[in-house]
Amino acid sequence: MDDAIIRMLDVNKWYGQFHVLRNINLDVARGERIVICGPSGSGKSTLIRCINRLEEHQQGQIIVDGTEITNDLRQIEAIRRDVGMVFQHFNLFPHLTVLENLTLGPTWVLKKPLAEAQATAMRYLERVRIPDQADKYPGQLSGGQQQRVAIARSLCMNPKVMLFDEPTSALDPEMVKEVLDVMVRLAEESGMTMLCVTHEMGFARKVADRVIFMDQGQIIEENSPEAFFDHPQNERTRLFLSQILH
Amino acid sequence: MNTRVPEAGLPPPPSQAGVRRWLRRRLFSSPLNTLLTLLAAWLLLMTVPAMLDWLFIKAHFTGTPEACRADRAGACWSFIADKHRFILFGTFPYDEQWRPLAATLVMIAMVAAGGMRRFWNARIVYVWAVGLVASGVLMWGGVPGLSYVEDSLWGGLPVTLLLSVFGIVLAFPLGVGLALGRRSELPAIKTLCVVYIELIRGVPLISVLFMASVMIPLFLPEGFNIDKLLRAQIAIILFMAAYIAEAVRGGLQAIPRGQYEGADSLGLTYWQKTRKIILPQALRMVIPPIVSTFISLFKDTSLVVIIGTFDLMLTAKTAMTDAAWRGFSAEAYVFVGLIYFAFCFSMSKYSQALEKRLHTDHTR
Repeated sequence: MDDAIIRMLDVNKWYGQFHVLRNINLDVARGERIVICGPSGSGKSTLIRCINRLEEHQQGQIIVDGTEITNDLRQIEAIRRDVGMVFQHFNLFPHLTVLENLTLGPTWVLKKPLAEAQATAMRYLERVRIPDQADKYPGQLSGGQQQRVAIARSLCMNPKVMLFDEPTSALDPEMVKEVLDVMVRLAEESGMTMLCVTHEMGFARKVADRVIFMDQGQIIEENSPEAFFDHPQNERTRLFLSQILH
Repeated sequence: MNTRVPEAGLPPPPSQAGVRRWLRRRLFSSPLNTLLTLLAAWLLLMTVPAMLDWLFIKAHFTGTPEACRADRAGACWSFIADKHRFILFGTFPYDEQWRPLAATLVMIAMVAAGGMRRFWNARIVYVWAVGLVASGVLMWGGVPGLSYVEDSLWGGLPVTLLLSVFGIVLAFPLGVGLALGRRSELPAIKTLCVVYIELIRGVPLISVLFMASVMIPLFLPEGFNIDKLLRAQIAIILFMAAYIAEAVRGGLQAIPRGQYEGADSLGLTYWQKTRKIILPQALRMVIPPIVSTFISLFKDTSLVVIIGTFDLMLTAKTAMTDAAWRGFSAEAYVFVGLIYFAFCFSMSKYSQALEKRLHTDHTR
């Protein structure tokens, strides 16, 4: 499969004695949008964090855009340049302004001139609809605004893949929508490859090409959103869906 | 009952100010507080007038030692007036003492420039290089127009400042490096840093100074000699770096994991991450303990007396031994104490201002 931008082959990972990822096999095609869900502790965050080596896998292969992830630091940095990540707690840099947060990666990692990086940054701030906050510090923004800045920060690196690690779980309810809207538009307008750990089932239905359900470190079920929500195959999937859909 | 609040909101409740109210709340709120207040007032009444009496009212500002001895109720500031040049500049040739004075001002200016935000870039390197050369030329001389002065003749304030300014400027980066090394994932570097820090923190500065002055020459080959002042300087730098390292490590540990992950996810290298993300936040957090270390470094330079370097403290002590002025040590200590206080207090005030200015509101 040549068009797979991410390949995970028999990936295993342990935290001490705890087997957190068990024989994960996953191919992600270019432009594909995947939503990963599952109960807490099922290893879904760990799975996507292995893709940019924030977590180290112990067995198996992970190949990102033709490059296998090994201990080689340079290769890891190269992969991280191409893989953007949005975190649950935003992880913006509080000592830098919004604009500086956005230009840091492009100027230091991609070695772009500052003026060009700033122009790109402003373009993305407009896309996430907060260009007027460019000179504020992250601490002065609401949670939803911070998360949109974080998305813009990742996009400024012009990544090939975007990873979202529960991007809306730390937000107040009234701010969830503004972040999801940005993500939907990103999916619809740019054709970005997206892996998204989330419990926002409306988002999954609207955007996902494939929904993956994980439990106890395994991929239990994967299917198109319609099939997944309307005809879950596995007993545990049904139980999970009944719990989150009330 | 009408509980609706008008559109514009209600005015705040009436202010609680007023002298009587303040007195009651702050000083006489309970029997115990009343007792403590009265006790403190009594103590102040007993000490402050007597102190003012000695310091100013009955003090001698001019006159001979004999005049001072005739009336011991007041301080003898004429002793300081007579000896201040020696206390400040030691045995530096008397007619050339404008040179250490100028060097002192140059060093103060260097530190002041380092504290200004518009010098927080490559320019500071030039400022410091020029300042370093200028103060060296002023103190040593040996260029046309300035006679050569051996550094064993240096003394007083310039020596204290020299030891502390270069102590701070060189111990700080070394300490930051040690702190980073202690958190390194490379076992050799980590072990080295841990051993160094723990070893240095386990011995008093006096013994490090002794080692530097007595033992370093033993290890060096015959004929190769490091200057005594320089040895003291090295000892102070090595000693203080360990303390700065521990203060900085506290800041590094307080940085949330998410900051490292955010930087990693952008593909920043270790050094980019450390320089742009981790250190700016960590150092801001540890300004108070770092400045405490700087202040204690400044005061600890007075320990160089034990290896016979004439810093401010030793010149003051030497001035006391002058037979003509026997018996006025208190005045000399007050004088020297005020100088130390002026420098330490400025450092402390500057650090508070810096903390305020760098505060950009941490949310996570």
